[in-house]
Amino acid sequence: MSTRLFGAPIKRKEDPRLVTGGGRYLDDLGHGALAAAFVRSPHAHARVVDIDADDAFELDGVLGIYAHDDLPGKVGEPLPLLIPHPALTHGRTGYALARDEVNHVGEPVVMVVATDRYVAEDACQRIRVRYEPLPVVVGIETARDGAARVHSDVPGNVAAHLTQVVGDVDAALASAPHTLTLELDIERSASTPLEGRGVYARWDDERDELRMYSSTQTSTGVRAAVAAKLDLPLAKVECIAPDVGGGFGVKIMHPWPEEVLVPWAARRLGHPVKWTEDRREHFVAAAHERGQLHTVTVGFDDDGHLLGLDVKFWHDNGAYTPYGIIVPIITSTQLLGPYKPGAYRVKFWSLYTNTVLVTPYRGAGRPQGCFAMERTMDAIADRLGLDRAEVRARNFILPSEMPYDHGLLFQDGRPLRYDSGDFPATLSKLKALVGWDDFATERAAATAQGRKIGLGIGCYVEGTGVGPYEGSHVQVETSGRVNVSIGLTSQGQGHETVFAQIVADELGVRMEDVFVTTGDTRKMGYAVGTFASRAAVMSGSAVALAARQVRAKALRIAADALEVSADDLEIVDGTVQVKGAPSASMTLGTVSVLSNPLRYAFDEAAQAATQFAGTFDPDRPPVAAGDEPGLEGKDFYSPTQATFANGMHAAIVETDPVTAEIRILRYCVVHDCGPMINPLIVEGQVHGGVAQGVGGALYERMVYDESGQLLNASFMDFLMPYASEVPTIETDHLETPSPLNPLGIKGAGEAGCIPVSAVIASAIEDAEGFAITRMPISPSELWGLRRRYAAGEITPLRRASPRSEPADRAEEPTP
Amino acid sequence: MKPAPFEYHAPRSVEEAVAVLAEVGHDGKVLAGGQSLIPILNMRLASPGHLIDINHVTGLDDIEITSDSVRVGALVRHSGLERSDSTHAALPLLRQAVVNVAHPAIRNRGTTVGSIAHADAAGEMPAVLALCDGTVEVVGPHGIREVGWQHFFLGALETVLAPDELAVATRFNRMPPGTGTAFAESARRSGDYALAGVAVRVTVSDGVVSAAAASFVSVTDVPSVLDLTPALGGRELADAGFGSALDQAAEAVREHVAPETDIHASADYRRMLVAELTRRALPIAISRSNAAFVHESAVATVSSRTNAAFEGLGGGRR
Ligand SMILES: Cc1cc2nc3c(=O)[nH]c(=O)nc-3n(C[C@H](O)[C@H](O)[C@H](O)COP(=O)(O)OP(=O)(O)OC[C@H]3O[C@@H](n4cnc5c(N)ncnc54)[C@H](O)[C@@H]3O)c2cc1C
Repeated sequence: MSTRLFGAPIKRKEDPRLVTGGGRYLDDLGHGALAAAFVRSPHAHARVVDIDADDAFELDGVLGIYAHDDLPGKVGEPLPLLIPHPALTHGRTGYALARDEVNHVGEPVVMVVATDRYVAEDACQRIRVRYEPLPVVVGIETARDGAARVHSDVPGNVAAHLTQVVGDVDAALASAPHTLTLELDIERSASTPLEGRGVYARWDDERDELRMYSSTQTSTGVRAAVAAKLDLPLAKVECIAPDVGGGFGVKIMHPWPEEVLVPWAARRLGHPVKWTEDRREHFVAAAHERGQLHTVTVGFDDDGHLLGLDVKFWHDNGAYTPYGIIVPIITSTQLLGPYKPGAYRVKFWSLYTNTVLVTPYRGAGRPQGCFAMERTMDAIADRLGLDRAEVRARNFILPSEMPYDHGLLFQDGRPLRYDSGDFPATLSKLKALVGWDDFATERAAATAQGRKIGLGIGCYVEGTGVGPYEGSHVQVETSGRVNVSIGLTSQGQGHETVFAQIVADELGVRMEDVFVTTGDTRKMGYAVGTFASRAAVMSGSAVALAARQVRAKALRIAADALEVSADDLEIVDGTVQVKGAPSASMTLGTVSVLSNPLRYAFDEAAQAATQFAGTFDPDRPPVAAGDEPGLEGKDFYSPTQATFANGMHAAIVETDPVTAEIRILRYCVVHDCGPMINPLIVEGQVHGGVAQGVGGALYERMVYDESGQLLNASFMDFLMPYASEVPTIETDHLETPSPLNPLGIKGAGEAGCIPVSAVIASAIEDAEGFAITRMPISPSELWGLRRRYAAGEITPLRRASPRSEPADRAEEPTP
Repeated sequence: MKPAPFEYHAPRSVEEAVAVLAEVGHDGKVLAGGQSLIPILNMRLASPGHLIDINHVTGLDDIEITSDSVRVGALVRHSGLERSDSTHAALPLLRQAVVNVAHPAIRNRGTTVGSIAHADAAGEMPAVLALCDGTVEVVGPHGIREVGWQHFFLGALETVLAPDELAVATRFNRMPPGTGTAFAESARRSGDYALAGVAVRVTVSDGVVSAAAASFVSVTDVPSVLDLTPALGGRELADAGFGSALDQAAEAVREHVAPETDIHASADYRRMLVAELTRRALPIAISRSNAAFVHESAVATVSSRTNAAFEGLGGGRR
């Protein structure tokens, strides 16, 4: 047998191509295409009064200038609301080009198509749009206050209000020996992939067909949406995701206005059109996430066991809700992490603001929920004078309690039921990795040197691999080459490698003979997309199932040809052979030849399958009833529910005693995504996630002023961490398999970023001796908190206070 | 993000460059390393009708070291200054400071003279020019003139350079014997423009401070030099009260600077920060004063790491 590839830390197949400039990203395509550029609203909220494009039309090279009035039929109707929900009572979506109102800075108002992007931008500059400004709603407090409205027909700016309850929370809180209330605040950040969005479309006049490329996380979704908007049969639209330079969530949103307008213009002008988003556009016209305010009230006993948890939060959904309320639903359910909350009630309000819309960004609502839960755990430990890890452990769901049903509905509309995990084991690995029990000594040594250090911890559970389904097609060519198609797209995660590993194992072929194509609707028309850490679970399972079909068929054909029983055969390195007698064998390529009865031999190998070549049974048709020609298989995987991965992080952070500069000294991750297909890729995913988490904890925020201008819409002022800001990440793994899928795997894509803000807040708080309730935090802000602390405006943590008293029953708000 | 149309000129000599500048007047912009200008053009914050690219002009890429000064030509890149050992031996402050300018890729293109001509209040090199009591050599249609740093900077992003003038070099004066220097800054991310920064120089004779001064980054709108001799002068290094002298110096800095609040830090924070940076940089400068021009340690060649604000101090920790 060849060595098993599943589980091997194989280097990524796609990397030599990608790191030597061989990648073909959206902007590498269509050099002869016309260029689109957009006039975007400079106002956060205004009526569009008049558009004057006369000067722009005079520029050489301008081929088309379009405003909403120019958009025919469905192109001019509101964009779809992708994920309706009964609680989303006031869902609103924008138009491809603003009709008579703009609701955020950056909303597209006019599209220009010109010979190149330079001319298109020159033209944009000459277009004069007259606006009548309207009152602007920025920030959750202003939205909640409701005095000004984003949409005049949405009272209180409330798009959705949802409550989920398990048990009697009021009774639990009333009888709890201790209660605490926390007010918590997480600011906006964004996916900010290095490649922005982009669309390139070609209309084929002869065939009345559209071919489009989009830098998307869902080519099937874009295809369906564009076909609907342009009133085209699905069969006349192809959508291909080329190499995509990162997505992190923002590219699962679709169709973007530009994804509708560029194909429309290409058809109308009879010439290919391309639009490549620039960085400023990405900041003001794509999507953000994270902004939420939480109020958490928790009741617990003397040992720190949760008795009741009452969470209210307000979610900033930006100007429109095309992606529904997925993000706050995830927050409200995944907040619970690895814990049994006792009675639980969560209420959220999803609010409109005059800012860029909010759609899932890696972590998708979980970092906020994790922050709320983990701050609560730390507060309980501090109140009771207990070890923070111990309080967590006391509330864990135990392996013996799996599967564990929380009694809530998850983002896929199915029960929030944990399938697997061993939280106590994960925690003990983490404590060993970071040296939890030795930290007191470490801190004492640092204190003696006049340094301030703190230890932080955060735990999370992540529902991954949500449905509805994914599929795969596996085909062996007569050369022995194995083609694998999956419908979901790749944004650099390593899909060409991991799916090849699975197929190589299942089929018994060499890695280098397997070629994976992703996100091409010509190859796989049925697919959902890449999000929710679902690629490995969903497509991985489908790939395994399809490969198993191919294997069974290969064994059947070879058994016939070799006149042995299929049970006696094995496939090794692409050759089907008799177990124990490998000289009786044939290559999979030959099996492929035999699988396809031929009239014409196109090469020497093919002669074996022609009509006079063999001794066929004259009474049987060349292709048996129920069989198909070709050595190929197609299968789909559709689970009843998500599978739940989990992890725990710890960090040691140093804060400068004078300047309040914050430095992460150590960052430790223990992660359980079940059996790892490729540990190297899992580690890469974890590293990338932690890097984004560090961004959210210490650097990144979207700074809107009161008038709705984004003040830091560039990489100069939006501080994505550099490699120099990302700590060395120490990892360890636990592999508890999921019972839900054929490979036992769970998703790993988002895990790294989920608890980072919680962990860093926990560590800074531990170093400083007062509560940290808002993230991200900068040195300037920490220094400001220290001054307020010194002035007595912030209460110390009990463990930092010499006057610390035993726990009492009164409800005491934390600062 | 594409610039508005412009006409491109690539003069081969200073005379030619100045002639083009004179012809196009206010509608022209000099293009040196382009690390500040190109983003400005791409974002259409400026749309000059003419770009005068000086990268093909001969004779502008030399560093000349004399007994008094280091003269840096207009095409010397930040990285050229950083890597020149003889420059470092002559005036260590240059390397100590220039490694804090952005990242290597930007230093490979950006010029030190361009940085001074650009006059960003957050630029390191204008502050260094000031502390070295330097000058800018300017060529215009009427010949050459040398402008002292006090007269060169008019405001943030504003200098005395006329539209028809080219800065061909800057001259940094070397320090008197017994002088040590240090540079310290703190940025949100390594290589970013600093929240606050300081360049200090201290002259020590016979174990006693005879002169000390500092200049600042990001906390004054034009470069300015603060004389710290009143705080430190006459103090003996072995003096038990040296700590209070440092406090006094830090206090003087706090009063001298005029920082502003922006989205990255409050004015109060920057004021505290620059005072503390000064406090930490001064002892380093003093430690270098004796052997200042001989045994410069490798400190200055290390680029900053996560929040590595303090060369030799913070930078040494993990
Ligand atoms: C990401 C990034 C980070 C940066 N971080 C820093 C930093 O931390 N600290 C810092 O100091 N700088 C920083 N910079 C700016 C960098 O140092 C620039 O190189 C420098 O400010 C300008 O030099 P340049 O040669 O690129 O000039 P250009 O960009 O070519 O020109 C800048 C301006 O100066 C004028 N000019 C240039 N040369 C002359 C001349 N010889 N005569 C007359 N006028 C002239 C130009 O007309 C233009 O107005 C950063 C830049 C980037 C892109």
